Amino acid sequence: MSVRTEEMVLNMGPQHPSTHGVLRLELTLEGEIVTKVVPHIGYLHRCFEKHCEAMTYQQVVPYTDRMDYLAAMGNELGYAIAVEKLLNIQVPERVEYIRVIMAELQRIASHLVALGTYGADIGAFTPFLYCFRDRERILHLFEITCGARLLYNYIWPGGLSHDLHPDFVRLTREFIKEFRPNLVELNNLLTYNRIFIDRTANVGILPVETAVNFGITGPMLRGSGMKWDLRRDDPYSVYHKFDFEIPVGEGKMGTVGDSWDRYFVRVREMEESLKIIEQALDQLPEGDVTSAIPKRIKPPVGQVYARVENPRGELGYFLISDGSTSPFRVKVRAPSFVNLQIMDELCRGHMVADVVAILGSVDIVLGEVDR
Amino acid sequence: MIYEFFNNLFGSEIIAGFIAASLPLLIFILPFALIAVLLERKVAGHMQDRLGPMRVGYHGILQTVADIIKLLQKEDIIARDNDKLLFNIAPILVFAGSYAAFAAIPFTSAYIGANIDLGIFYIIAVTGLVVAGILMAGWASNNKYSLLGAMRSAAQIVSYEIPTILVVLTLVMFTGTTNLMTLSENQTALFWNWNIFGGPELSLAKFLLIPFMIIAFLIIYISTLAEVNRTPFDIPEAESELVSGYHTEYSGMKFAMFFLAEYANMFAVSAIVSALFFGGYHSPFGYLGNTLDIQWLIPVEQFFWFTFKGVFFVFVQMWLRWTLPRLRVDQLMTASWKYLIPIAFVNLLIVGIITLI
Repeated sequence: MSVRTEEMVLNMGPQHPSTHGVLRLELTLEGEIVTKVVPHIGYLHRCFEKHCEAMTYQQVVPYTDRMDYLAAMGNELGYAIAVEKLLNIQVPERVEYIRVIMAELQRIASHLVALGTYGADIGAFTPFLYCFRDRERILHLFEITCGARLLYNYIWPGGLSHDLHPDFVRLTREFIKEFRPNLVELNNLLTYNRIFIDRTANVGILPVETAVNFGITGPMLRGSGMKWDLRRDDPYSVYHKFDFEIPVGEGKMGTVGDSWDRYFVRVREMEESLKIIEQALDQLPEGDVTSAIPKRIKPPVGQVYARVENPRGELGYFLISDGSTSPFRVKVRAPSFVNLQIMDELCRGHMVADVVAILGSVDIVLGEVDR
Repeated sequence: MIYEFFNNLFGSEIIAGFIAASLPLLIFILPFALIAVLLERKVAGHMQDRLGPMRVGYHGILQTVADIIKLLQKEDIIARDNDKLLFNIAPILVFAGSYAAFAAIPFTSAYIGANIDLGIFYIIAVTGLVVAGILMAGWASNNKYSLLGAMRSAAQIVSYEIPTILVVLTLVMFTGTTNLMTLSENQTALFWNWNIFGGPELSLAKFLLIPFMIIAFLIIYISTLAEVNRTPFDIPEAESELVSGYHTEYSGMKFAMFFLAEYANMFAVSAIVSALFFGGYHSPFGYLGNTLDIQWLIPVEQFFWFTFKGVFFVFVQMWLRWTLPRLRVDQLMTASWKYLIPIAFVNLLIVGIITLI
């Protein structure tokens, strides 16, 4: 009798603490070594794109919030820019500055969730709560501005729903002052922790060519060492006025493009975002934020593609207008959806525990993957 | 001694033995587990900039009592494809293994469950039951995650038993006894006589031994962390990977048994470490009972110090848990086989040579 071995198929998700939502990963295991990963998506599909065709342009805004719900401001900004391009209207300076401040605050909030949950995936639960404590303050800033904590409906085509709260500038400055030491604390607790480095360095190495071939964007691409950031390379809004660095992975703890690099790029991006917010607060012009909002949006026939750098990568909106008040077609290029493709490539030959580490470093939001 | 007392009272060895054996469970382990669970949550809460349980009782002190009541009321779910016999035995076995260890641990100079000459080896042997229980639980659950967790757990406990035993051997060689009672009794009087400071005999060897004793202590502490599945070695239960490992499928009181066993185990290993290195139940600076000449006060004080040392090490375990991330399976094995075992072995040789000189 000969001994026969067979591979085990393990379904990770859709209900699993580390898949960050309703994602199902079909893992083929040989012992604990992963030989194949097939992501199954669609558990959160809400027909966003089709739905938009029955909406007027203004009504689409709240729906964009619900895609990447950790970066709702960024989603709204991308959509607003796309519609403004289609209408060919100019928005006031103040609006642009406030949009940048909001988008960058949102980037910090989103990265805090990414880093915190990444720590929790690796087994360190305390940094997770430290991150959420700081994120809470950003959410408070959003709340005093527009009344919502997660889904804002704040950035409208042509302007903003509200002007800033009188306390906003003071509170934001306070937050920046108190957040910097917290970031150092997070680094000491998690980033430079020996066990954390052992778990993430040299795990899931993504070479830059592969990343480009798969269309990877955002911190993942920068983690592989490519200096590509739409805020710098295809500037939108008023980003060209600010001075900030684009952090890239350097392979400090292992190889360029490993999970630790992707993690660390996010940490450094938060520092850069703080710089941008400070500069924007210093230069913040006066003005009316609602003056340029069109009463009725009826763009000419045509099509437009607008893209912004969201916390997870390039978020693109492709709009086709047939001249009516609602879009003929809305196509979203969701960064999480594109980045998720790389899972099989990255996970092969690693262990089950590394799948969790790699998935966390990809940083997906299922609301955006499925739309 | 309590055993003799009950023996005289009932005139039956069986009844006396039964009572003497179940005493620590009733008056110590169960209340300890209740308090330790609350302590864990409070420690975690305060370390994470929040408060922990606050609703039940003053500052949530009755939280675990409420939890136990909830667990008692829960439905005892046994899935259709579970191996029912093994599934039911496993939690009992795990709990029995960790509870049996308390028999050979001296609580005070007046109380030890069973004064066995091979005490420390008895503990190591009997905690082996826990591995069998965990494997049974993982297998009987008929769940892939549970099975993975159980296999990891067995591999981990077996590998970390080796450095533990090597350190225990070091101590046995140095003190010449395997009886925990005698071991503790040797380290009497001031804290300077504890084994971590080279034992009670004042000589050159004592000072030479101190660094090696500290190394031995660190090794056994790390190994025991792994043996009780605590972070950074909580791989069998790795919440973010395996949901909760071998006890994923358990609910109600069966789950509570695993939970109770975990906390009992935490205290057991802490007590063993303190008996080996930190004088067991002995006070670090003499007894109030001796000064005041009240004989019955001494065991009470000893019990206090025993609990204090044990809880202190349990607290350190919690502290580590809420600070450190988790290792990966292969890194865990590397840590044991490539670092801990060689170091423990060299340490054993060096302590042997120093003792001989």
